[in-house]
Amino acid sequence: MASRDDIKFLSNPSIGQQKKKYCRFKKFGIRYIDYKDSEFLLQFINEQGKLLPRRITGNSLKYQKLVAVAVKRARHLAILPYVTDLLK
Amino acid sequence: MNQYEVNFIIDPVLSGDEIKSTAGMYESLLKDQGCSIVHVNEMGLKQLAYSINKKSSGFYYCIEFTTPVGSVISKVELALRRDERIMRFLTVKLDKYGVQYNEDRRSGKISSYKKKESKKKPFDGGAASTTETVQPQAQTPPVPQPVVSNEEE
Repeated sequence: MASRDDIKFLSNPSIGQQKKKYCRFKKFGIRYIDYKDSEFLLQFINEQGKLLPRRITGNSLKYQKLVAVAVKRARHLAILPYVTDLLK
Repeated sequence: MNQYEVNFIIDPVLSGDEIKSTAGMYESLLKDQGCSIVHVNEMGLKQLAYSINKKSSGFYYCIEFTTPVGSVISKVELALRRDERIMRFLTVKLDKYGVQYNEDRRSGKISSYKKKESKKKPFDGGAASTTETVQPQAQTPPVPQPVVSNEEE
């Protein structure tokens, strides 16, 4: 007979769990966001070139504001597009 | 002493010498105003993310400089605004982290961000296997392929 302990892992136990989000700038000690590095900034915008919200990227408020400034500077210098489709 | 950096995009229609002289002109302009040039970063011809003045590429330059007086900025920006060869410009004041970042970048401590290559192989493998299975049916297979032999077994 299968006891309760055997039945417990019939489904993947990690499926229901959410990974804790973290601010990558705080975690890795990044103090300056380069607005000329388009590859890096691509992580914070969606396919239409819009800024991703904090609830998805997990950035802290301080660094989300800096990311927003960096993306806007990059857009002005035509490093990132203002409007687009299928960016990634 | 504040440190600034001024980025500008030069018209790619100009010849190489003209582009260099344009950048050199602003360098000397900054020096005349009493600034000390920290670094001139010539980023070269790059594709623009959107067209400016009906041009799809531009020559990027970035000049880092320190200045004791802030009034230099407005003078330089006025010159950049009047210049027809300049397509776009941006002046940014660097904080201490920005100065540190640029120094590290130049000394090679920081490299530009590379996207991790996490291309999923199973998809390519699946596509390749389907072509393999199709080909033997159309042609007479001289070399027995492992996929076909498995099916026969």
